[in-house]
Amino acid sequence: MESGDVTWILVSSALVLFMTPGLALFYGGMVRSKNVLNMLLMNVYCMGIVPIVWVLVGYSLVTGEGPAAGIIGTLEYAGMAGVVDPEEILFAFFAMTFAVITPALISGGVADRMKWSAWAVFVPVWVLLVFVPVFYWIYGPNGWLEERGSLDFAGGTVIHINAGVAVLALIAVLGKRRGWPKDIMPPHNLPLVMIGAAILWFGWFGFNAGSAGAADASAIQAFMNTFLAGSAGMIAWLAAETVKGGKATTLGAASGIVAGLVAITPAAGHVGGLAALAFGAIAGVLCFAAISLKYRFGYDDSLDVVAVHLVGGLIGGFLIGFFADPEAFGGADFKAGLFFGGGAELLVEQVLSMVVVMAFCFVVTYIIAKALDATIGLRVSEEDETRGLDLSQHAETAYNLTESGSMDRV
Amino acid sequence: MLKLVTAVIKPHKVDDVKEALKAAGVGGLTITEVRGVGRQGGHTEVYRGAEYKVDLLPKVKVEVVVDLADAERVADAIVAAARTDTIGDGKVWITDVERMIRIRTGELGTDAL
Repeated sequence: MESGDVTWILVSSALVLFMTPGLALFYGGMVRSKNVLNMLLMNVYCMGIVPIVWVLVGYSLVTGEGPAAGIIGTLEYAGMAGVVDPEEILFAFFAMTFAVITPALISGGVADRMKWSAWAVFVPVWVLLVFVPVFYWIYGPNGWLEERGSLDFAGGTVIHINAGVAVLALIAVLGKRRGWPKDIMPPHNLPLVMIGAAILWFGWFGFNAGSAGAADASAIQAFMNTFLAGSAGMIAWLAAETVKGGKATTLGAASGIVAGLVAITPAAGHVGGLAALAFGAIAGVLCFAAISLKYRFGYDDSLDVVAVHLVGGLIGGFLIGFFADPEAFGGADFKAGLFFGGGAELLVEQVLSMVVVMAFCFVVTYIIAKALDATIGLRVSEEDETRGLDLSQHAETAYNLTESGSMDRV
Repeated sequence: MLKLVTAVIKPHKVDDVKEALKAAGVGGLTITEVRGVGRQGGHTEVYRGAEYKVDLLPKVKVEVVVDLADAERVADAIVAAARTDTIGDGKVWITDVERMIRIRTGELGTDAL
């Protein structure tokens, strides 16, 4: 590798890692003040536990080639045994930052009611049983979905669809928050949400453009597309909610940015700039519309991970089938979409890979959730939920705004 | 004999009321941020399409203790200063105060004012 490429992947890894605390703020601002610390810790915890799981076995399972080639790797490199090539180490930690943020994304769907101990066990188990196999199928050596020709530039299917479906499976076992949807559960701090969205956007340049694997033309196009899709997503969401509700909102702007970024993720280095605008705009409108699904079907996805990440990921994965343009990348080695003379072949592969990943993720996540519920219990008690998770799970209060005359040192 | 004059007013009228009380010769007052519901009704807030109706509106409670002879005049001064002629201007009421003590000196009644 050229030193310029190495530098870019080093920087990109740091950018992607920064997205997880950004996500913590994005989510943390959206919950009520009695649950904000729990939300922050659910996210930040992933930065601690996932790298441990990753170097011990996760990395080996996505790279080692063995008897189950195409499906899952081996334990040949467990504990990073024999991994001395700097390029392999570089890939190991760039991928690790994606492994960190994927379970963190799930936390938004289960906010306000999941037991901390259950989350602490869920994250490493889910990363190994769901994230690792899906990652292998698309990015591993001879991964079977990639071999068939489906595209996922930076993780629309592996990260966003995967996390969104995991939310559906987890909340099917966990149940609704007490009082939802009748009670008021407004975001307690929208400025935090805005800061979080800004950090996510910033980090996403590493997420998408770093996924080019080099500082090359593909990275430059992905960088441009990451900018454009976020912009178009924001404007489309603001327009949609203005037409529907009469007001443009800060939460809408923040949500639209993320929706656009999710949609362009699987296509970041496969489409041109105008297509990126279309990805962002379509996601901005459809993800906004998808918020209403949880009220119609009665599932309590607290912070709309399904509407933004699952729906956004599906939109992106689907649109690649139309907009993929290898000619724009010097005749690069991937199938062209329907609009660029490739016929429906790519579209079929896109749909297939998304359906397979959704089915696998839902079933395995559901089993994990059931097992955790039967052993340590998935959900906090009614009293703990009412008191708030900050106090009941962590014995802390986020905002001690008055001098506490009622507090004494024990 | 002392009276407690309590007023619940719109938050943006606090300065006007403070000025009016000063002009009426009232030396001290206590202000609390409160929330209440009355005829004014609330407003709606929308988060990702979910519409919430907010009934309890922010108000400011002003409390002053005055001599019996001044109570009506002070209440009238607050009413004049807090009025905007729109729904939600608030209320003023007068109640008896049984006993008042200045903490620093132990003075009682009107001496403690």
